[in-house]
Amino acid sequence: MLIFEHSRSGRINAAQNPGAQPAYDGIPDRFRRKDRPQLPEVSELEAVRHYTRLSQKNFSIDTQFYPLGSCTMKYNPRGCNTLAMLPGFLARHPQAPTATHGQGVLACLYDLQEILKDVTGMKGCSLTPAAGAQGEFAGVAMIRAYHDARGDSARTEILVPDAAHGTNPATAVMCGYEAREIPTDENGDVDMAALKAAVGPHTAGIMLTNPSTLGVFERRIKEIAQIVHDAGGLLYYDGANLNAILGKVKPGAMGFDVVHLNLHKTFSTPHGGGGPGAGPVVVGERLLPFLPIPMVGYDGHEYRWLEEKDCPQSIGRLSAHSGNTGILLRAYIYARMLGSEGMERVADYATLNANYLMARLQAVGFEAAFPERRATHEFILTLKKEAKEWGTSARDFAKRLLDYGFHAPTTYFPLLVPECLLIEPTETESRETLDAFVDVLAKIRDEAQQTPDVVTGAPHTLPVKRLDDVKAARELDLAWKKPA
Amino acid sequence: MPFIPHTEDDVKAMLAAIGADSIEALFDEIPAELLAKGLPKVPPGMSEMAVSRLMHQRAAQDGMPLCFIGAGAYDHHIPAAVWEIATRGEFYSAYTPYQAEASQGTLQLLYEYQTMMSSLTGMDVSNASLYDGASGLAEAVLMAVRANRKSRSRRILMPATVHPLYRKVVQTIVQNQGIELVELDYSGSGNIEPEYLKRYAGEEFAALVIPQPNFFGVLEEVDALTDWAHDNNALAIGLVNPTVMAVLTPPGQWGRNGADIAVGEGQPLGAPLSSGGPYFGFITCKQEHVRQMPGRIVGRTVDLDGREGFTLTLQAREQHIRRAKATSNICSNQGLMVTAATIYMALVGAEGLARVAHACHANTRALVERLTHIECVEQVFSSPYFHEVVLRINQPAGEVLRALAVQDILGGYDLSADYPELGNAILVCATETRSEADIERYAQHLERILSRRKDGPICSRLVPKEGTL
Repeated sequence: MLIFEHSRSGRINAAQNPGAQPAYDGIPDRFRRKDRPQLPEVSELEAVRHYTRLSQKNFSIDTQFYPLGSCTMKYNPRGCNTLAMLPGFLARHPQAPTATHGQGVLACLYDLQEILKDVTGMKGCSLTPAAGAQGEFAGVAMIRAYHDARGDSARTEILVPDAAHGTNPATAVMCGYEAREIPTDENGDVDMAALKAAVGPHTAGIMLTNPSTLGVFERRIKEIAQIVHDAGGLLYYDGANLNAILGKVKPGAMGFDVVHLNLHKTFSTPHGGGGPGAGPVVVGERLLPFLPIPMVGYDGHEYRWLEEKDCPQSIGRLSAHSGNTGILLRAYIYARMLGSEGMERVADYATLNANYLMARLQAVGFEAAFPERRATHEFILTLKKEAKEWGTSARDFAKRLLDYGFHAPTTYFPLLVPECLLIEPTETESRETLDAFVDVLAKIRDEAQQTPDVVTGAPHTLPVKRLDDVKAARELDLAWKKPA
Repeated sequence: MPFIPHTEDDVKAMLAAIGADSIEALFDEIPAELLAKGLPKVPPGMSEMAVSRLMHQRAAQDGMPLCFIGAGAYDHHIPAAVWEIATRGEFYSAYTPYQAEASQGTLQLLYEYQTMMSSLTGMDVSNASLYDGASGLAEAVLMAVRANRKSRSRRILMPATVHPLYRKVVQTIVQNQGIELVELDYSGSGNIEPEYLKRYAGEEFAALVIPQPNFFGVLEEVDALTDWAHDNNALAIGLVNPTVMAVLTPPGQWGRNGADIAVGEGQPLGAPLSSGGPYFGFITCKQEHVRQMPGRIVGRTVDLDGREGFTLTLQAREQHIRRAKATSNICSNQGLMVTAATIYMALVGAEGLARVAHACHANTRALVERLTHIECVEQVFSSPYFHEVVLRINQPAGEVLRALAVQDILGGYDLSADYPELGNAILVCATETRSEADIERYAQHLERILSRRKDGPICSRLVPKEGTL
């Protein structure tokens, strides 16, 4: 039932009304709204009950194991939320003067800039991008600004591996570039011959994720960096998979010029049902002048915003204020709790969990896409055999997992591997949970063989069965309308 | 080890299952020269208790000043239930609802949000939100360029009455796609003079941006502006404050046919000020433009048994399907903020939101009346306003605001950098959360600060010079 269907005309939640209706003067009639917007008229209890019940229809990290590849669904510490929501932080207006009302929050943001520079091995940091995709935009816009500042404006292409996240090519286009795909070889590495053939005076840069979305570490990264740099292009690091190497390998050491981090992955800020994220960018020497503003500066006495006059070559602003500050605070609190020693352990245990899960799943009969390679923080199973023999696809396995109380892994991404499940357990899951997951996948495999309808018809136990996506797109129903 | 559950026995058993000697061995594919040698700038780890002490100190450092700044972020009351529910783990720690069957809570909530925003702005459809109002306006501009079938122009008429920071953000985001922002001056009334647009007759524009209320708090002649856009083959983009939409004509009803796209900052709907984020941007449009909309959209459909259910739809517009041909690179929405906004709108309802809007208007009116009683403070524009007003004082605005801040009063937004032609001007706002006593406190401090400098310029200098506007 929708909240609108609970609504009764004239029902008012008086506790949330700021007093009696005041006199309405000074606004000429021609500006005034003549109808009422269709907002629910419900009591506070009805609203609270409705949304509490809706929450119970969700899977979440707090309630289920969430082995969603490339999304790093690790535990979001409650302490981070509580401390980021202290009244002093929440009440601070973005335009409050920093000298008298902002040294506390700016100190946290400054410290976070320093931490992110260290873990990536880079020279400068801007926290302002609101999400990974906006961080990518900032990174590629900086690459463009760098070439333009050198009068090197003939560069028209950004190279993107075919296994890349969809945001990579979409970002290249938003920055006025063409995206050119580079194929992957049979071991999951970038096809070097194709790369060498693709680079040239038109190459503005390359966008890479390392470990790649195939769950393997790109071993020849230094060689790739050399090839792209020799052609005059720059290297962009998509930080989606940084959890795999946090504290172990710094992207700066691999030769990257710019990195975006997904704090909602590696630094455990909440996914919130789809956001808000935070996608800070860090850069090496060459791109320092172009970082998006504002950034936090510190002269040894006072923290302040660095803005247009401090950074005349900046690509500019990406949001009205300074990005998703409340999320940045959560990441900062998380980073302080982990500390330097805790960060390395993230990579260690994320990798241990992934390799353990891959080994155990292979042992019970599943096929890994890259069995000769080490798993990083994630790995790929291919269910092409199961699909061919029993007609049970990767999607069917994913949906059946929901019945057993596990969120599905990422399916059908990357696009290169047929019938794939991309599995990322993260470091915060216990061995018992991983073992239970293996048992359930093995059981689903038995079901697929013996009673495939149970698998292809899943899920059976959730609030809804599989939804009619075709109807959803053809007969668009995007907003409720009051029955006539 | 914070948040890592493994015991020593676990590690041994797991390494044995893998067939590796140590955890280090799992990194053997990484060339040795790439391995880091520590993190010198990252401090050692802290317990939750220790970090709690640090964060309490820092939060306290920023104080709890009395706020009369608006300028794109508004200090509204947020019902306690909003964040109690939004931070339930089932909302807080859920992923994007790609697995629809396991995400009906988030999906239904987004469908309700889309319904509320469509209705609030008088439009047909809404997406599931963008990052914030400023980047939302940039997306609206890009969308208008794609959606305008009558003109292939890549020029946008952007009034100077749009928030200066929004204009900067739009510039950053659209500049690499060959889109030109043409600045439109404001009149002495503090808004766009429809007559003034005649000078652009015959020129091609993809869209005209129409703020309501505008950055000065002044109301724009939205009907005439929308009709002008349509008469000149341009789309009309309404940039609106959502609280105000409870009582002012929404973009969908502007002029003869309504605006084409509405966009704005969602912060007033339940998001705390929080130094500027996270907030969310909303965007709504006429049905005919829905396939040019950026970002996630939720649709209602049925499941295999014919039961009602909700799912992400029209995903062929999005980057994870269309890659380089997507309508935007945006991947996330501001899910948690939209969760809060939906609960907020359900709790206050249409009547409550209208009362909040009225109370903001009335308090701002009371603030302006009280402050303009002070010698040397005057209202700059006499046009109708909503809940923000430009005041001019006879001393440097920055200095006066700093003196007020020392008294724990945030007296307004300094306009002198962005609008030097207005002189020592500040933009003030009093939401429903300000009381008469708050206003009196502000007035008394301002009066004292302004009168302290007896040698300051005389008040007759407040009269605007000829031709400055």
